[in-house]
Amino acid sequence: MSHAENLPAWAALLVAFLVLAGAGLTLIGAIGTLRFRSFFERVHAPTLGTSWGTGAIVVASMILFSVLGSRPVLHEVLIGVFISVTTPVTLMLLARAALYRDRSEGSSDVPPDHLADKPDER
Amino acid sequence: MRRILPYPVLTASLVIVWMLLNAFSLGHFLLGLVVAVGASRAMMQLEPSKPRLRRWQLIPWLCGIVLLDIARSNIAVATIILRGDRQARRAGFVSIPLDLRDRTGLAVLACIVTSTPGTAWVEYDSASGVLLIHVLDLVDEQEWVDLIKTRYEATLREIFE
Repeated sequence: MSHAENLPAWAALLVAFLVLAGAGLTLIGAIGTLRFRSFFERVHAPTLGTSWGTGAIVVASMILFSVLGSRPVLHEVLIGVFISVTTPVTLMLLARAALYRDRSEGSSDVPPDHLADKPDER
Repeated sequence: MRRILPYPVLTASLVIVWMLLNAFSLGHFLLGLVVAVGASRAMMQLEPSKPRLRRWQLIPWLCGIVLLDIARSNIAVATIILRGDRQARRAGFVSIPLDLRDRTGLAVLACIVTSTPGTAWVEYDSASGVLLIHVLDLVDEQEWVDLIKTRYEATLREIFE
């Protein structure tokens, strides 16, 4: 960051705000993961980090390097795209595993499996 | 044309990704084009069913409302976490009967539901078309059913079906 002194004030303020917002959202998400009680509540907290937590930092990076390099730097968009495309894979695997666990324990907190009596249709 | 370029949208996206990662120049455009055409022809061997984009004009609009909704629910969930357990809040499951059957459309819906803090995609049953989601701050179940069905599913059906 040796060229940071060339950054105009408006861009510096905007980038600082976005980086702090993104890092703050990710931190709040981490706190939420710790605070929530059940698995299904906990699963919501990290999505703060994978949505606008990432998004704000990515936008900040695009602004910073576009202004410094005086040409549009857009490849960070791909980070956001790939994160939002791959998050559902892990989340759905975890959620289905938890659902299976709770159902086989006979927990009343999860809705019953309406296909349980006809397993062939799965 | 169909034989050379079986997936035009995929090819175009790969060229754009290539140029974003390298540079916007004629040389990289040509190099990216070679890679993209090769990759999309390899794709033909993997995926026989091709998603049809009926009304691609709606995609930017959908992206816009999704980004806005995600920002809104980010703030909502952050508030819930920071407020702690001082206020009563009920989390619960909502089952939503979906009419959307297109696999690409369902995949996009999964991305939207998962990326939105406060809603999590739990289970989808392709036989009955019932989607089970978990909502962090559940006030009114019908409200969530209407939100998913009218705001996202209707648009996705227009785009993909």
